Amino acid sequence: MHQTRTRPLLLTLITATLLGGWFSLNSGSVPVAVWDAIQHPQTLNAQVLWELRLPRTLAAFITGALLGIAGALMQVLLRNPLADPYILGVSGGASVGALFAILAGAGTLVLQSSAFAGALLSTLLVFSLSRGRGNWDTTRLLLTGVVLAAGWGALISLLLVTSPGTRVQGMLFWLMGDLSSATMPLAGSLVLILIAPLAFFLSASLNLLAGGELKAASLGVAIGRLRLIIYILASLATATAVTQAGNVGFIGLIAPHMLRLAGARDHRLLVPGVILLGGTLLLVADALSRMVIAPRQLPVGILTALLGVPLFLYLLYRSGRTHDA
Amino acid sequence: MPELPPLLKCTGLDIDVGNVVVTRGLEFTIESGQCWCVLGRNGIGKTTLLHTLAGLRASRSGSIELNATPLYQLSRRKVAQKLGIVLQHHEDNFPATVAETVLQGRHPHLHSWQWESAEDHRIAMQAIARLGLSGYAARNIQTLSGGERQRVSIATLLAQETELLLLDEPTNHLDLHHRLQVLETLVSHGRQTNRAVLMVLHDINLAARFADHVLLLLGNGESRLGKKEQILETTALERLYGHPLTRIETPRGPAWLPQ
Repeated sequence: MHQTRTRPLLLTLITATLLGGWFSLNSGSVPVAVWDAIQHPQTLNAQVLWELRLPRTLAAFITGALLGIAGALMQVLLRNPLADPYILGVSGGASVGALFAILAGAGTLVLQSSAFAGALLSTLLVFSLSRGRGNWDTTRLLLTGVVLAAGWGALISLLLVTSPGTRVQGMLFWLMGDLSSATMPLAGSLVLILIAPLAFFLSASLNLLAGGELKAASLGVAIGRLRLIIYILASLATATAVTQAGNVGFIGLIAPHMLRLAGARDHRLLVPGVILLGGTLLLVADALSRMVIAPRQLPVGILTALLGVPLFLYLLYRSGRTHDA
Repeated sequence: MPELPPLLKCTGLDIDVGNVVVTRGLEFTIESGQCWCVLGRNGIGKTTLLHTLAGLRASRSGSIELNATPLYQLSRRKVAQKLGIVLQHHEDNFPATVAETVLQGRHPHLHSWQWESAEDHRIAMQAIARLGLSGYAARNIQTLSGGERQRVSIATLLAQETELLLLDEPTNHLDLHHRLQVLETLVSHGRQTNRAVLMVLHDINLAARFADHVLLLLGNGESRLGKKEQILETTALERLYGHPLTRIETPRGPAWLPQ
């Protein structure tokens, strides 16, 4: 039953990913004939393709995939369909780190390290504060995370209003999510290669945890360990994504729900699905962000929302008319 | 042939929840094929007792053994292969069909990389049919009525195929017909396949009809337990609920009506 329904959906997603990748390689301010560039590797065309388009396309896919996984994991961990990768303040910490780096006029590498350090700091703070005296329940975790995120938000506003105008544009781009500096997808790919199989291995337990901690425990899941692993994986995925591309909104929230609406309620299908869908959504949005007002670029975060909102509302509207799942 | 160890054995069990003393020195054994019923007032700790027996929370002291192995030495998976529980509350924040939910009962018998086999599907569909839910297999559990949702939980427990079945108020949300039908299904299934059932009920007469053993939680750690015929008597039940009762004889045995 499962396997027969699994194949068409995954095949559709793989096709969409390949088409999206092709579209992304072909789009940008300079027209590049991809076939031509592959056949003649010495040309300027080929240089644009191999050194700019391909790394950026990969970075977009990986960032989107990480956000998709993080979103699906957070929704199960908090058993809240509204949860997204940023809900527990990981991105707030990263943003504050990144804005300080921009304020100091630092280069890409320092900016990314600073953002990643901020994300880790936030993760550790939420974890140790919500643990209190050994008790680690979901409500405490959610409250601690949301309150800390609000605190980061205030710091971000403070940095924005006190920074010189020349720096603010860069800060806003970063805050809205921007892939123009994501030229080194290596670290991201390593994190994705590490996280994806782990998340898939956990997916049967995720199905049970979605129905509540006690129920999952009664069906044989070691809850304490599972919660900790989910929290670490989701935080690492989010921190990596935010470090690469800033606060790209919406993908982590809607990619898992789009798949659920398409019938992928089982996490053994949802986890691989959300990697493909999250990645594809972001690489298509990024390709469009290079085209809409070319030769200038839009922050990709604007397009993920512009694209995602109508798509998601349509799916929701369509599913609302049938009572069956 | 050596005698089999009891399915579940509690020794010197002290259970607290908050500042409520649930049990002190509770001793009892559940053998295969038995049907136990727990009675007690609201907030006396019936659910806490059930969760403790299922290994979902720790007791203050004392031991619980499952087939002569202490519960805390077993992994959650091993426990779930032998012992299943229907909880009082359901968290249905995400969509899932009835079939998918019942199929989750097979989880303790599968490895994390395994998909459910045709046999697992057959067991789940059989449990669904037993609870009269055959027409509902493709329905989203979020759209079910309270009584239908309750029967899905019980079907999940049956699909788990454990030797011990714990149920926290299984008749919640069920109408008169389904109360009798669900309990009849559970108890006859238990007797036929030599499984043990322990359930929390609020209805003395259902307990008198279906259980063979009864455990009364009287508060402050006090309890009485044993064969139904010895435990279910008017004075003890009046004390249990703090309400005068009238015993009447029916063709099916004694019944109690509140005065």
